[in-house]
Amino acid sequence: MSGHATFEPKNPALKWFESRLPLVGLIHSSFIAYPTPRNLNYWWTFGGILSLMLVCQILTGVVLVMHYTPHATLAFDSVEHIMRDVSYGWLLRYMHANGASMFFIAVYIHMFRGLYYGSYKNPREVLWILGCIIYLLMMATGFMGYVLPWGQMSFWGATVITNLFSAIPVVGPTIVQWLWGGFSVDNATLNRFFSLHYLLPFMIAGVVVLHVWALHVVGQNNPTGVEPKSEKDTVPFTPYATIKDAFGMVCFLIFFSWFLFYIPNYLGHADNYIPANPLVTPAHIVPEWYYLPFYAMLRSVPDKLGGVLTMFGAIAVLFFVPWLDTSKVRSGAYRPLFKQFFWIWLAVCIGLGWLGSKPAEGGYVIAGRILTVWYFVHFLVILPLLGLFEKPKAVPASITEAVLGKNKGAAPASTGAQAPQTKG
Amino acid sequence: MSNTMSFRSIALGSLAAVLMLAGPAVAQEHGAPKPPREEWSFAGPFGHFDRAQLQRGFQVFKEVCSSCHSAHLFAFRNLAQEGGPGFTEAQAKAVAEQYQIEDGPNDAGDMFERPGRLSDHWPSPFPNEQAARASNGGAYPPDFSTLAKARTYEVGFPGFLIDIVTQYQEQGPDYIHALLNGYHDEPPEGFTLPEGAHYNEFFPGHAIKMPKPLSDGQVTYSDGTPETVDQYSRDVISFMMWLSEPHLEARKRLGFQVMIFLIIFGGLLYFTKKKVWRNVEH
Repeated sequence: MSGHATFEPKNPALKWFESRLPLVGLIHSSFIAYPTPRNLNYWWTFGGILSLMLVCQILTGVVLVMHYTPHATLAFDSVEHIMRDVSYGWLLRYMHANGASMFFIAVYIHMFRGLYYGSYKNPREVLWILGCIIYLLMMATGFMGYVLPWGQMSFWGATVITNLFSAIPVVGPTIVQWLWGGFSVDNATLNRFFSLHYLLPFMIAGVVVLHVWALHVVGQNNPTGVEPKSEKDTVPFTPYATIKDAFGMVCFLIFFSWFLFYIPNYLGHADNYIPANPLVTPAHIVPEWYYLPFYAMLRSVPDKLGGVLTMFGAIAVLFFVPWLDTSKVRSGAYRPLFKQFFWIWLAVCIGLGWLGSKPAEGGYVIAGRILTVWYFVHFLVILPLLGLFEKPKAVPASITEAVLGKNKGAAPASTGAQAPQTKG
Repeated sequence: MSNTMSFRSIALGSLAAVLMLAGPAVAQEHGAPKPPREEWSFAGPFGHFDRAQLQRGFQVFKEVCSSCHSAHLFAFRNLAQEGGPGFTEAQAKAVAEQYQIEDGPNDAGDMFERPGRLSDHWPSPFPNEQAARASNGGAYPPDFSTLAKARTYEVGFPGFLIDIVTQYQEQGPDYIHALLNGYHDEPPEGFTLPEGAHYNEFFPGHAIKMPKPLSDGQVTYSDGTPETVDQYSRDVISFMMWLSEPHLEARKRLGFQVMIFLIIFGGLLYFTKKKVWRNVEH
């Protein structure tokens, strides 16, 4: 996309440099002149918030590693050493631990926003799939990070999750031994998880670069789902989006700080303050909250392999959403039926999350099965059919028209939007 | 009123959406009652430790608990650390010197004992877990270092969401308080107590190996504080909380400063944003 203004250096040294490597020009076109739809709402600030959280996690993580010891007999005490003896170690560690949860809160909001406004649709399929890859990498990173303090929940969570791979026919047990580096979760497991926990965030950062690149090729979606048609539909990224993102980030940081400073252990598990003990199993082994919906699905299927496939299928299905959604209208704002099904689906996800924290017995299992089926039905049946049968509302001709129509108040003002261009 | 109600339900609903109903793990089994919520000086956004209470709690730990429970992360220097019981360095040194610490090897290759120093950690009552179990009827008295954070109970829905707003983080102290005050001389009828166990209302399964550790008048306080089980337990739990979270005061203090900064900064950004966007309909 062409920008509002191009970067032309005046300084001779900069001119010399720019003609050899147009780095400043790239930054200028990406974060200053980049045209951004004028009607973005605050749900669109979560992209920036996620970048902030990634940087926060990497910086705190790098410093934590300076004080952490990845060994089965030393890891727990080294984390406590950080909490007690390292200057502001408690701040670094709580920031990193709560930061992971904040990262997931932000990514879920970011994904829900994408799903609601149809941000995965043509031409943003690759952008969406890159996002799904980032999400997968985040899940792996978060899981391995939770193992590092080597508390009871670290150990038993690692045992349960790595054991899932044993369900794979023929090679399953070999894969599990390979993951463990032995015949049970032990020091070798801790060491490889530590290594990968340090590696994966940089892979995330790499995919984020691709994600942002893809975004800047196809441009941002917006609440109307109508592509910008003229310069009037967009504003330059700076100052408009920068200031809005900055405000969104500070609001998010207030939310983050509430957990970080006042209830830092709320999102964790008390059992993880007990050093790992292979001989004592905790009463309930519960993964971190961000895996709970998938954990509920895993336990809903009576067959182990079936459960594992269901759980991974729940993530895999996200990759195909661009093709499962057959609607020609992009934004959920103009899709009355889709809108309802979207909120039902969101409630199903939250319900699964709640069930994941409950013991797998009685009514919880039955409810888990119903919600698991609904989760898949939403993607595999409802989304394809909705596009065929739903009668969408009139879509505005342009972003500017939608914006001006809305701000004039009453509906008749948006004359263009009333044009008979109903699709589907 | 309905206004505040609907606001609260909206707030809770969105929190639920954001948090996907995360419930902390439960150290407590079904059947045991929920511990009552107690008042703690260290709770809430301005929570802090009561120095005199930490000193009394340390006394209870030293005279009672530490005969079975270790606290291997607790160093004598911590006693004089900011945000702690407020002992002077000389006092902490005097405490350390009361203990013999194994050191070595010396030049002759022998281990030897010497009086404790500030940098030493609290000596454990048993050389290893097996020795501890052998002396305690097979049970292993848990280490005190992080114990106050390592115990909890299930709050349930919707309480766990309200806890975010009220900043309730004292499940561990409440549970330990209930436990220390929850011993019954005789188990209720129909309950068969295993050999060597004691009946406790709040312990998961009710049969606890630890005998009732505190009784009225057991520890002599020099400051006139009531010498009751309830008071002892409150004092020692405060001490345990400090041991688990020695920088709690600094954390809450810094948190308040950060909050003030972020709210002012956020306000400035909000009005700047309004000014920047004033001529753009959006």
